[in-house]
Amino acid sequence: MELQAVLMAAGGGSRMTDLTYNTPKAMLPVGNKPLMWYPLNLLEKVGFEEVIVITTKEVQKAMSTDLKIKDVKMKLDVVSIQEDGDMGTADALRHIQPKIKTDILVLSCDLITDVALHEVVDLFRAHNATMAMLMSKAHEFTETVPGQKGKKKTAEQRDFVGVDKSGKRLLFMANEADLEDGLSIRKSIMRKHPRMLIKTGLVDAHLYCLKKAVVDFLTENKSISSIRGELVPYLVRKQFSKTVNSQKLKDDTDDQTQEKNDGPLLISSRDEPLLQLAQERSCWNDHRGDMSEAYHGGKLRCYVHIMDQGLCCRVNTLAAYIEVNRLAPKLFEEPSVHPSADISERCQMGSDSIIGAVCHIADKTSIKRSTIGNFTTVKEKVKVTNSIIMHGVTIEEGCNIQGSVICSNAVIGRGADLKYCLVGNGQHIEPEGKREGELSYQTEQPN
Amino acid sequence: MADSGVIDGPGRKDEIERAKSEGKDLTKEEKQRLRKEKKQQKKIKEKKDDKASQENEKEKKPVTSAAPASQPPTQPTVQKAPSAVPATAPVSVPASEASVPADKPTKTKAELKAERRARQEAERASKQTKKGETGQQAATSKPKAPPSDLQPVVKRLPEHIQVDNPDVLKKLAKKLERQQTPEHYAAKKIPLRSDYGYKVSLFSHLHQYSRKAPLTQQLSIPSTVIHPAIVRLGLQYSHGIVAGSNARSVALLHAFKQVIRDYTTPQNEELSRDLVNKLKPYISFLNQCRPLSASMGNAIKYIKKEISNIPSNCKEDEAKNKLLNCIESYINEKIILAGVAIAKCAIEKQKISDGDVILVYGCSSLVNHILCKAFEKNRKFRVIVVDSRPRLEGKEALRRLVQKGISCTYVLISAVSYILPEVSKVFLGAHALLANGYVMSRVGTSQIALVAKAFNVPVLVCCETYKFCDRVQTDSFVSNELDDPDDLIVTRKGTTPLEGWENESSLGLLNLVYDVTPPDFVDLVITELGMIPCTSVPVVLRVKNVDQ
Repeated sequence: MELQAVLMAAGGGSRMTDLTYNTPKAMLPVGNKPLMWYPLNLLEKVGFEEVIVITTKEVQKAMSTDLKIKDVKMKLDVVSIQEDGDMGTADALRHIQPKIKTDILVLSCDLITDVALHEVVDLFRAHNATMAMLMSKAHEFTETVPGQKGKKKTAEQRDFVGVDKSGKRLLFMANEADLEDGLSIRKSIMRKHPRMLIKTGLVDAHLYCLKKAVVDFLTENKSISSIRGELVPYLVRKQFSKTVNSQKLKDDTDDQTQEKNDGPLLISSRDEPLLQLAQERSCWNDHRGDMSEAYHGGKLRCYVHIMDQGLCCRVNTLAAYIEVNRLAPKLFEEPSVHPSADISERCQMGSDSIIGAVCHIADKTSIKRSTIGNFTTVKEKVKVTNSIIMHGVTIEEGCNIQGSVICSNAVIGRGADLKYCLVGNGQHIEPEGKREGELSYQTEQPN
Repeated sequence: MADSGVIDGPGRKDEIERAKSEGKDLTKEEKQRLRKEKKQQKKIKEKKDDKASQENEKEKKPVTSAAPASQPPTQPTVQKAPSAVPATAPVSVPASEASVPADKPTKTKAELKAERRARQEAERASKQTKKGETGQQAATSKPKAPPSDLQPVVKRLPEHIQVDNPDVLKKLAKKLERQQTPEHYAAKKIPLRSDYGYKVSLFSHLHQYSRKAPLTQQLSIPSTVIHPAIVRLGLQYSHGIVAGSNARSVALLHAFKQVIRDYTTPQNEELSRDLVNKLKPYISFLNQCRPLSASMGNAIKYIKKEISNIPSNCKEDEAKNKLLNCIESYINEKIILAGVAIAKCAIEKQKISDGDVILVYGCSSLVNHILCKAFEKNRKFRVIVVDSRPRLEGKEALRRLVQKGISCTYVLISAVSYILPEVSKVFLGAHALLANGYVMSRVGTSQIALVAKAFNVPVLVCCETYKFCDRVQTDSFVSNELDDPDDLIVTRKGTTPLEGWENESSLGLLNLVYDVTPPDFVDLVITELGMIPCTSVPVVLRVKNVDQ
């Protein structure tokens, strides 16, 4: 077997608590499909037959009842971990290490993309890389987000990504938070790669192809707990570390401890001498102009594929969630109106709206650019524009909902007027209520 | 044929019959005459049939009942291929019926039948006696169009040089479909890579692929149909990461080692047969990624022979170990040790002497090895590296030589006639040595050999014997490799002149990989068997075949 897929679905959605305090992030509806269905669909399309899903018990329960996930033809091996534990993604990998027999492809459940996956995996295969990842050019979110007044300030920490001139080899990766005195690049890296492009506007898709040796390395180094935050920068730095490249690895007694730590990373395949011979005899080099051999003799290599076209979105903030609801349905050619929905004839429905299953849409309603979830009832004279309405919501007559997110099982009283609001699960908006830019949700959980 | 007795009159036939019935041995000329006559008669027959069949469509029905009766009397047709008979007999019968009344208005149908039957009995009797003497007679008249000595034998062309023939392409697609590994469903077959871009008409019979459309696009990602080591190898070939005849063969054998290690014999199958079948789709896959080189072809032949020579009572582990050892020894003998022997030969026989100025072209692993070894033995020489676009492999050769400490000069191929007066010897590497003594190597090699000949500079080709192949080629058009044409596009000072070349209808980009050098330009071939002239290649091949 070549690759095993691992889907990380235990994330809590810490950056969009308004949506996730009741529904786990993996099961948030996007275009009336649960969020984790999208990466599963991507894997299925490409030809995977088995996926290891790491998730919480809550999500596991929800998965077993969800119809869309039952539709997935792959074999899902669900591993549940504690919800409250501070398990990072790398800790989760360590947890499933006995199941891992070959190289792995790690995905996050909040990734929605239409990337041609072979581009990432080809880099991994052709160059015998230790890690290959996917990144995408970030797009500005244009929709107004409920609960945010004014334009969003880019207070988020930027990621600095350095690639070589071909745009494929990853040379440098650091987050702004880790760079206190500014960006410093080692001379040894500059000597090997004199032309480096540093990009900041990239979104990390959290899709990594990792060699099996990396998972073994994680079991020995228990200090690394997050793939994105710690493992990836570590691997990128390790490409140019002296111990990896030096040929006198066995003679150096001082580097014994380091060698022990890096040992698993440098596990050579069987027939290494044959591969060496083939490389020696091959008249190919990945760079020109200096005296070193291909890859500068380095055994650890990290590659990145940067998508510039197509959809690649990580749904970890409210703005991203709203954006993706707009874009995701365009990926699939499914009818926008579910066949079991009951829509009256005098309803004005825009072509880019999606109506879920078993909905009742009454007369004289206008639904434009919105997503309406399953089992929702919309009564007469309601105007819904630019909004996301989840499952089981009841909207009474005469309401006007604009640019809002209404979570499951909410009830909007008649005549209410909501603009750019977020209504939490099971909330009731009183009749004739007027809300603008508010987030209303229960802070205490019942019982 | 019914017609021969009826249309041309019984005279001719009676002659032959008489000769046969007399028991005389038909001489060769007579046999040939017989054959020619039959052919001519058939041709005339067919011409008449075309006209007559349109007229006699209605006559066919009542006549078909007569057809089976008339078939037996046709003595030669019994010996001929049976398919000819139903086709010609029903058609010929109405024609003959039509012509019979014209020729012999007196005889009725029944009388004709009786005549024919009598003739047939006589011939059968004579045949019995004849068969005892020479069974060959029957055999010679058997085929409908006997391949006489005059007819040329058409050789089958390999399919990789018939890309512009749609039938061949269809056959290739079908072959790939059939080659799916048996335990997988029909949906997972080896994909067919499609050609890219406009092909120059002189080379339209060859494949031209684009690097941006790799074959892996159509494969599933955890590749199950094809072993992952082979997918990796295919990618490395198509990206050019493993390039060079020796490197490709070594990498191929390495991948095969992994395949053999991961192989388990299914139930009711024998390793010797099943493993060969398993390797076939892998080889087609690699061929699609990049056409196989001659050295790879020879390596594959060797492995297939070794696999099929495994005795059936051998246990699986034993067999696998044996195969792995075979591969190891093949690489060791044919590549590594051969390289060492060639270097030794070249250095000791004073092919590289002090004060030499040696010209090399491109990056040949063997030539680099020789030069490095010579430098280690403290020979004083300097090297001129000639390079050419778009691969610019010479830069890699330059790096390796300079790293050793050899003093080098670097020129592009356009300067070769400028630099040649300084040169004392030319060392060339080869991709393959053909059976008629031609050297197949990187494009540009023949040019260098030509210019060197004009300057009277000796040209030495270094080649291991495992690259000798029994193909024959005299020009570079028949069988070659077309690389990605987009490699020719270069950006200088911010402009890319060839950017939209696909849109120009009258522009085609050609990126050839190999060319063929005639043996007149090559003075010596250094192999591990010694120094041989170019024309001794078929001898080596013959000796190798005898050994095996």
